[in-house]
Amino acid sequence: MSTTTTQSSEAKTTTRELALSVQNLTTSFRSDRGLVTAVSNVSFDLFKGEALGLVGESGCGKSVTSKSLMRLLPEHVTRYGSDSKVMLGSDNVMKYSNREMRKIRGNRIAMIFQEPMTALNPVFTIGWQLDEALRHHTKLNRADRRKRVVELLDMVEIPNPDKRYGEYPHQLSGGMRQRVVIAMALACEPEILIADEPTTALDVTIQAQILRLMNDLRERTGTAILLITHDLGVVAQTCDRVVVMYAGQVVEQASVGDLFHNPSHPYTRALLQSIPRSGKKEKGKRLATIDGIVPSLLDMPKACRFAERCDCRQPQCDVEMPELVNFSGDRSVRCHFPVHK
Amino acid sequence: MWAYILRRLAYNVPVYLSILLLVMLALRVRDPVFGRLPKNATTADIAQKRVELGIDRPFHQQFGSQLKQVATATFDEISWDYPGQTVGEVMSRCIGPSLSITLPSLVLTTLFSITVALISAWFRGRALDKGLVFVAVLGMSVSFLVYIIFGQYYGAYKLNEWLGYDVFAIYYNPEVSNAGWGEFFTSVWPRYYLLPVLISVVVAMGYDTRFYRAVMVEESARDYIVTATAKGASQSRIMFIHMLKNAMIPIITRVVITIPFLITGSFLLESYFGIPGMGNQLIVAVESGDFPIVQSFTAVFAAVYIASNLLTDVLYALVDPRVRLS
Repeated sequence: MSTTTTQSSEAKTTTRELALSVQNLTTSFRSDRGLVTAVSNVSFDLFKGEALGLVGESGCGKSVTSKSLMRLLPEHVTRYGSDSKVMLGSDNVMKYSNREMRKIRGNRIAMIFQEPMTALNPVFTIGWQLDEALRHHTKLNRADRRKRVVELLDMVEIPNPDKRYGEYPHQLSGGMRQRVVIAMALACEPEILIADEPTTALDVTIQAQILRLMNDLRERTGTAILLITHDLGVVAQTCDRVVVMYAGQVVEQASVGDLFHNPSHPYTRALLQSIPRSGKKEKGKRLATIDGIVPSLLDMPKACRFAERCDCRQPQCDVEMPELVNFSGDRSVRCHFPVHK
Repeated sequence: MWAYILRRLAYNVPVYLSILLLVMLALRVRDPVFGRLPKNATTADIAQKRVELGIDRPFHQQFGSQLKQVATATFDEISWDYPGQTVGEVMSRCIGPSLSITLPSLVLTTLFSITVALISAWFRGRALDKGLVFVAVLGMSVSFLVYIIFGQYYGAYKLNEWLGYDVFAIYYNPEVSNAGWGEFFTSVWPRYYLLPVLISVVVAMGYDTRFYRAVMVEESARDYIVTATAKGASQSRIMFIHMLKNAMIPIITRVVITIPFLITGSFLLESYFGIPGMGNQLIVAVESGDFPIVQSFTAVFAAVYIASNLLTDVLYALVDPRVRLS
């Protein structure tokens, strides 16, 4: 459906080197009420050294997309589309055996999770848990691994890394635990770092530190970052390009500047309007919201999925599903009546 | 930690003394003298028997001498049913047969049921898991006695008929009690104890598997499992290292709770197979009113019970860094 987008953006960006290419990713779950498709035909490219934001409201399929890339969803209930591809170099990760998959997890693709409080195993020391990633993917001996772990802890700005090595997760604060999770993801210098709402569970000052840390690392190591978030402020601060998802589909894709200054899809516009602002002009105004709710996965409209809630709805929107169309440069939009400025 | 252990022990002193006292009071509801004298006994006979049994003394003296036995751990009172044998001798004679059944049963049941539970939890919701749960519930739903009777019929009778050679004995032979260690392990244990052990494992498997499966299912849904997978850890490593260590608290609780019952033995198995163990002996002593045996056996059981509760706490602190004893 959206292969045209992929090809054109590839052609457009010959100077950029591709890190990961997601093509027609469709992820469904087996449930008591039949097959539920959480993500349909999602395609996007991730280039080396860039930060790509994946945004959308809760339940739009962001996390399922990110977990699908590493195949972390429970195997026996998850079905991927037959033409779904996740290209890492010239290999399609979707075709990997479990053994091959294990070799790239934590090594070439790593992940940071939303909940630092529960992401770490409570009964092992953080040193042991960091060491585990190195033990799986490197040939370093015990002493060298320990040195490397202390180095990693130091890199993510954990004070007294030597002492912290032997401590347990419950002895660390939320921000520190998230740093440990980040250090764990970076242990083998992955080409791709998937950060699934890495700052949602943290307070604002810690958020800023964690984002700065991730940005520093990207600049230093050239790791490509896929940042999944519902926080547009975080995207504006850290990302180069943005993919907007709605109800399991990509609805708009653009560079950060274009998207924020000139949103094309009515959903993107509505999202941007619902960010609280400060200033004299805004005083006394009610915060804009998007009316209605996301359609249920069990009862997805055949036509435009956003039509129900859209202010620019036309008769055509209830009949035909819009294609994701590439406009100019990096921008693609899935709408019959996109806004042009 | 030592301060904690000492404090906990101190808390348990009044509990323990109450147990001793209550057992002694409860026993004295019935006068034991009449059961031990002929129908036409005279008042003088009765008085003489009381002196003989030592129950002519005031109660506080009897309690005192029991306390002394417990405190010094020398159970040298003479059993009323086995003249010439001290309670300690009876106990050391019975403990071996009891442990020969209970200890292997506990070890085998725990190992098997944890393994089955891990497999079941890993294949959660799939046919294998459903099948295992079905078998476990079926196993739990059948009475202990049915297992014993069918076990004896097929294990000790039909099997021997088919093989034309006696594998399991249906009933204990007191002559083998004096066997040496080598003989015990090579011929006595397999012949007289293995069948009751197998029956007891089958009986306990259903309950344990279901319990451990619930624990594992809960653990397998935790976030740290996804973190470990994303790190590149293998399924077996996640199950046997990440999950199992987290599941240790409920596992320890369940295993340690059964430690006192290792000593008490299984009354049903011991009586059906005629094994001269603690359970069997205690019931006989309660029926005949052998005060020294009942009092000292219960004193030992209660001590082991308190000790294993304390052991649970100490083990918690060892496996879970979040638990601190203070």
